[in-house]
Amino acid sequence: MLIVWPAVTGLVLMTVPPVRRWAREFAVGASVVELALVVGLLASFDRSQAGDIQFSELHSWIPQIGASWALGVNGIGLSLIVLSAVLVPLVIAAGWKEDDAHSRRAQYLGLVLVSESFMVGIFAARDVFLFYVLFEAMLIPLYFLIGSFGGAQRRYAAVKFLIYSLVGGLVMLVAVIALYFQGPGGEQAFLTANLTGLSMEPWVERLLFVGFFFAFAIKAPLVPVHTWLPSVAESARVGTTTLLVAILDKIGTFGMLTLCLVLFPGASRWAAPFVIVLAVISVLYGAFAAIGQDNMYRLVAFTSVSHFGMIVLGIFAFRQTAIEGATFYMVSHGLSTGALFLMVGFLEARHGTVSVKAYGGLQKVVPVLAGTFLIVGLSALSLPGMSPFASEIMVLIGAYPAAKVAVIVAILGVVLAALYILLTYQKLFTGPTPTAMESTKDLTMRERLVVWPLIVSMLVLGIVPALALDYLREPSAGIVAIVSEEAGK
Amino acid sequence: MTYSAPDIAWAPLTPILIVLGAAALGVLLEAFVRVPAERRVYQFQLSVVAVLASLVAVVWQWVALDGDGVVVLKSMILLDRQALAWQFLILIFALVGVLMFADKGREGEDAFTPLGSVAPGSAEETVARAKGMYLTEAFPLVLFATGGMMLFATVNDLLFLFVALELFSLPLYILVALSRRRRLLSQEASLKYFLLGAFSSAIFLFGVALLFGATEQTGMYEIGEAIATYMPQRSALILLGAFMVVAGLLFKVGAVPFHFWVPDAYQGAPSPVTAFMAAATKAAAVAALARLSYLVLFRLAWELNWIIWTVAILSMVFGTVLAIVQTDIKRMLAYSSIAHAGFILVAFAGFSPSALSALPFYMATYGLATLGAFAVITQVREITPDGAIGAEATRLGQWAGLGKRSPLLAVAMTLFLLSFAGIPLTAGFIGKFVAFRAAIEAGAWPLVIVAVLASGAAAFFYIRVAVLMFFTDAPTDTSPHVVVRPTTLGRVVAIAMAIAVIVLGVLPGWALELAHSAGVLLAPATGG
Repeated sequence: MLIVWPAVTGLVLMTVPPVRRWAREFAVGASVVELALVVGLLASFDRSQAGDIQFSELHSWIPQIGASWALGVNGIGLSLIVLSAVLVPLVIAAGWKEDDAHSRRAQYLGLVLVSESFMVGIFAARDVFLFYVLFEAMLIPLYFLIGSFGGAQRRYAAVKFLIYSLVGGLVMLVAVIALYFQGPGGEQAFLTANLTGLSMEPWVERLLFVGFFFAFAIKAPLVPVHTWLPSVAESARVGTTTLLVAILDKIGTFGMLTLCLVLFPGASRWAAPFVIVLAVISVLYGAFAAIGQDNMYRLVAFTSVSHFGMIVLGIFAFRQTAIEGATFYMVSHGLSTGALFLMVGFLEARHGTVSVKAYGGLQKVVPVLAGTFLIVGLSALSLPGMSPFASEIMVLIGAYPAAKVAVIVAILGVVLAALYILLTYQKLFTGPTPTAMESTKDLTMRERLVVWPLIVSMLVLGIVPALALDYLREPSAGIVAIVSEEAGK
Repeated sequence: MTYSAPDIAWAPLTPILIVLGAAALGVLLEAFVRVPAERRVYQFQLSVVAVLASLVAVVWQWVALDGDGVVVLKSMILLDRQALAWQFLILIFALVGVLMFADKGREGEDAFTPLGSVAPGSAEETVARAKGMYLTEAFPLVLFATGGMMLFATVNDLLFLFVALELFSLPLYILVALSRRRRLLSQEASLKYFLLGAFSSAIFLFGVALLFGATEQTGMYEIGEAIATYMPQRSALILLGAFMVVAGLLFKVGAVPFHFWVPDAYQGAPSPVTAFMAAATKAAAVAALARLSYLVLFRLAWELNWIIWTVAILSMVFGTVLAIVQTDIKRMLAYSSIAHAGFILVAFAGFSPSALSALPFYMATYGLATLGAFAVITQVREITPDGAIGAEATRLGQWAGLGKRSPLLAVAMTLFLLSFAGIPLTAGFIGKFVAFRAAIEAGAWPLVIVAVLASGAAAFFYIRVAVLMFFTDAPTDTSPHVVVRPTTLGRVVAIAMAIAVIVLGVLPGWALELAHSAGVLLAPATGG
């Protein structure tokens, strides 16, 4: 139901002409209903059993190839579903003023809703085949979202995105099929549960791990396969970018966590040193690249590359605190980067440019906007009291015993984060105001309603992280148990 | 010397007999029904009834078949579930093909020239057109081709295989030449197809002769048995013969380096013929190749596998790369069909047993999407300067903005393209999945990696067409303009195929089950 609802409403929006007139209202309504459904799910989730899969559904789908329609969430999947459900209505509301033509607007919002379906489905899939199908099929609505709505370079960006993702996905397909022959076979051969704890030849396991990891590293994205993200961020519409970076890229880290580590624990340990090096490179490279950007979308995209490096570092430390922190960071990063992208979008809506150089001295003109931007920015640089801080500190402390050097280097990235955020703020909002910008409008009510809930939730989660950690602790412990159990053998 | 009539089990042959009988009847209709318009109706009805009756007969045979299959005519023909599955598939393609053959717009024009024997652009042609002539021979021709293909999928004897090959090839050579528009292009395509086809038939026949010389047998099964005896001594003859037979079949599959006819024939032929040819010929050729592989070639796996690997890789790479640079949609689909021939060969690599059930399913997914895509192509037309509906608008640029004018067709076309690309939730994905699975099972994973990379690149040009249809505005200044010709049959075919692609993509369980039970070849241990 949770999965089907947005897809159905999205398709209705695209195909039924009378609805198009009220596309925005319809889409917000549909996504709010989805949010309500998710909140209902959250309320009935048994927190004391967060490590177990709950709300399981299991239907035979294509028994001939061992695929099942198997759904269910543990604490991690649920948190990410909640994140998606929260962000989608906000993104729709943020883009309220875009598009004059009804039909285009309906197309855009319909695609957004269809994508939401795929996201929820992926976070809930418990069958590797189902996961793969959704993972790949999702590219199509996304491709259209990027390629048809956005800036001048959007086609190029969309093709780049598609090629990167497809190649990653297809390499994963080989691994998925090969995994089938390692597993027990039969009508439920692809259930994640049936594929966990296989004993494979080390080299087979490593190859399969690489196949899966490659796809997830592209999605996450990790240096050196990150280059699609800045192009997409620059060219796509801000709503698309927000969804993409705040939620969809989490599928990469989510996949590493729940598939790579769980299915191939031996190979994960084997690959951990390489992955951690890649992660640290991402942290630093992303941060340095962000400092050099003038285009704000690219800037935020590179900060994300840096943050994803941090998440991957946490995941591949194989420590309870680090993985818990990484999962928490996935949620926090969604909130903080989502807010940051939306803020940039608001600026762009005012002056039609995202070049840092074009702005200046706005603090005097639009104090609320400047303040909000500052808070959002500070959250991205992990100011204590905000949730990114709590999660980042957990990752770093948790990973320290496992990878001391990596953590010390990664801390540099945190320092650099302060640099690129504060520098940007300084250029945008202090100094002399260009005359063209003296009549800039402050944040409107709608815009405040979009961004402030994100800030509030970051504050709440930053001060009382237990709210989220209660959901994340046990699943993380379960994953750590699987990864390190084999080490004991 | 006394002659004794051979003992023939007629019942298993009913599907083929129905189709060929109807074809013969169709030829008589040509002679005795004078009014072209009436003749057209009769021929159409006859063809549809024959194909449907044959379908019923195939289903009846499938249900009645006990054990692995029936041996007919001293193992000339092996009727097993694999053969029936291919026959069923070919008949479905033929049914859709016939519907497309009969499709004509309000202005009464179908895809064929009114009179095939007159010179293009001559005064006689104008007269024929004015008199409302129809080239109704197309229907019996397609029935003959269908019968030949069904036989092709069934026979065990290589000489008989050659007869079946000619039986379905000759009508196709003619059909390719019969386009109503761009007749010179069509005739050129037919000539090329014929010359190369005749050449490859000769190679095939030469291969059969060599194999016979080495093993003293013409039956595939018997050759397979004899190879074990003769292999070390007569390996040169056997290998060369097997190689030439395979080359003849690969020509029909359209794999590199036997692909040169494909782009021209696909582009020049009338679109309904292209659709039928792409789907059914490929299916028949793959069926015969499968039988040959599992009865003969697997014994030569060590010596011949590299050929399959090379041809598969070449087909995928060439097909994909050349498809990317095409500007004509029919040529693009032709190159994509070459790439698909490569994907099909991937399933053969290593002779995994599950390939026998993967292949019919893959061909079903590919064939249905191909028929649908060409049905859409027949609908998109240019407008001639005097406002009449002209030839098909096949330049890619002319498809810009189709999504706005005809959303239904554009959505259907997008589905077919996504299915070609193998995107999940369409039939093509499941087809690729089972094909690649068969290859990986046999340990051919390097080949599968090439295949997925080619699919990745191929997705680029498929999606490009989708983008063109939905996100590019139609050019306002180019002449001639493009219209969507609303014809009932073409539209019905396109929509039905789109539904089939979705159903096979989302709920393929039942079809895979059928394909699975079709994955058995009859090995006539008793020799008939």
